[in-house]
Amino acid sequence: MIYFDKVSKIYPDRSVGLDDVSFTVEPGQFVSIVGHSGAGKSTLLKMILAEEKPTAGKVFFDSTDIHNLSAREVPQLRRRIGSVFQDFRLLPHKTIFENIAFVMESAGRSDEEIAADVPHVLELVGLEHKIWSFPARLSSGERQRVAIARAIVNQPELLLADEPTGNLDPINTLEIIEIMRKINDIGTTVIMTTHNKGVIDSLGRRVITLEHGKITRDDKAGKYVL
Amino acid sequence: MLVKLRRIAWSGLLNFFRTPVLASASVITLTVTLFVIGALVLSSAFFTSALADVQNKVDISVSFKPDVVESRVTEIKKSLELLPEIKEVTYSSREQELSDFRARNADNDLIIQSLSEVGNPFGARLNIRAVEPGRYETIANFLQTDSALTPGGETIIDQVIFKKDVVDKLLHLLSASKKLAFAITLVLIFISLVVTFNTIALAIYVSREEISLMQLVGASRNYIRGPFLFEGIISGVIASLLSLALLYPAAIWIRNQTAGIYGGVDLASYFGQHFASLFGLLLLSGIILGVLASFMATRKLLKT
Repeated sequence: MIYFDKVSKIYPDRSVGLDDVSFTVEPGQFVSIVGHSGAGKSTLLKMILAEEKPTAGKVFFDSTDIHNLSAREVPQLRRRIGSVFQDFRLLPHKTIFENIAFVMESAGRSDEEIAADVPHVLELVGLEHKIWSFPARLSSGERQRVAIARAIVNQPELLLADEPTGNLDPINTLEIIEIMRKINDIGTTVIMTTHNKGVIDSLGRRVITLEHGKITRDDKAGKYVL
Repeated sequence: MLVKLRRIAWSGLLNFFRTPVLASASVITLTVTLFVIGALVLSSAFFTSALADVQNKVDISVSFKPDVVESRVTEIKKSLELLPEIKEVTYSSREQELSDFRARNADNDLIIQSLSEVGNPFGARLNIRAVEPGRYETIANFLQTDSALTPGGETIIDQVIFKKDVVDKLLHLLSASKKLAFAITLVLIFISLVVTFNTIALAIYVSREEISLMQLVGASRNYIRGPFLFEGIISGVIASLLSLALLYPAAIWIRNQTAGIYGGVDLASYFGQHFASLFGLLLLSGIILGVLASFMATRKLLKT
């Protein structure tokens, strides 16, 4: 589903983001990317979202070369991907309903679908009672659950999660990981970056380790090793 | 398409009222700009009207000697009216002149008493108005040289009053003031445009994180930009109404201040008579400015 072909990213200040990285993610996999800060984890996810362009190499989503897409085609690619961020990135002036409805509207979904799916997806993350609240009124854990609801409401083929538990306490961390595991169980491919050893060890899924932009380990049912 | 437009408009409306501080900043700066544009229109009307008023007041006053009979003066009036340079000739009889003089000096007993002893020292008078100001010189020359007015070498005219220098200076002063006011207003419009564009850009820049997130979740550029443009329209409409509300008292104030100087200029009436076109101009300017500023600001942010 995702194929990195000898991808390198050198920034203008000569720092290395990725160094000759190649790997494949099969449909339905749950892949964790681990590594120190600055190892290239976020750069890797940004490449998949067409936020960053590689200096060398290619990144494929199925058979599509992501960085060959026109500006008009990029939003279409992004609608096939759900994104979750460490800092949640909810729209502060929209209610929870509107935050989730926004991605459905962007994908051209009808009012009826939006009215039916938004409460349903909030129910899945246990926040149906917060539907008319604004993000500022929610706790960190609740915000991240809203972000996950927003990411999955269009039933994406791929879920990207960049340090989704980075700002959460242990209890919320476990809840978020459990939700993501369920999302993966129903067939959505998940790629997650994390620093959290406990999360990796409890998942027991594939782990790719990055160091200084290079892949140093790729374990099928890995543990957190750095 | 209609659903998309409805969603964009609704989103813009909600955002406008949910970010009142930023919305107010945009509306206030737009109001100032529109007020200055309105002031330019009003000042132009003021000076045009003042110039026309002064030009209308210009005439040549011909006083005849007291012994010239009325039929002779009306005969001259008729012949003057045939000249293409002349727009209008008004006749004032000896009695009328005396009565006007009495009225002007009603509180001066000495003059009134002297008049009753002297009798009527005034001759009849013709006030001549030309088709355009440039023709007065020709008319004045004609009056001084025409043989009909000097039978037997002796003139029947007592006095020709034509204050050309004063009128010219006044017209020149008004014309220069009009140009100066126009230039100052243009500079003010430019400054307020810069402030407006920067304020709106800043208000949208605050939303840069949101814009970036919208892009990441797959929203198209137009769908992201749309609500900001609609907010620009709302700001423009509100600002046009506010600027109109500010211009009216300004027009009344200018009317009151200038009533003694140029009685013919009434900006408050002008405001009322041209309300629809003034409102249309300000509304259109407000919407165009609001949309253009929002478009430029989002273009910058959507590039990154």
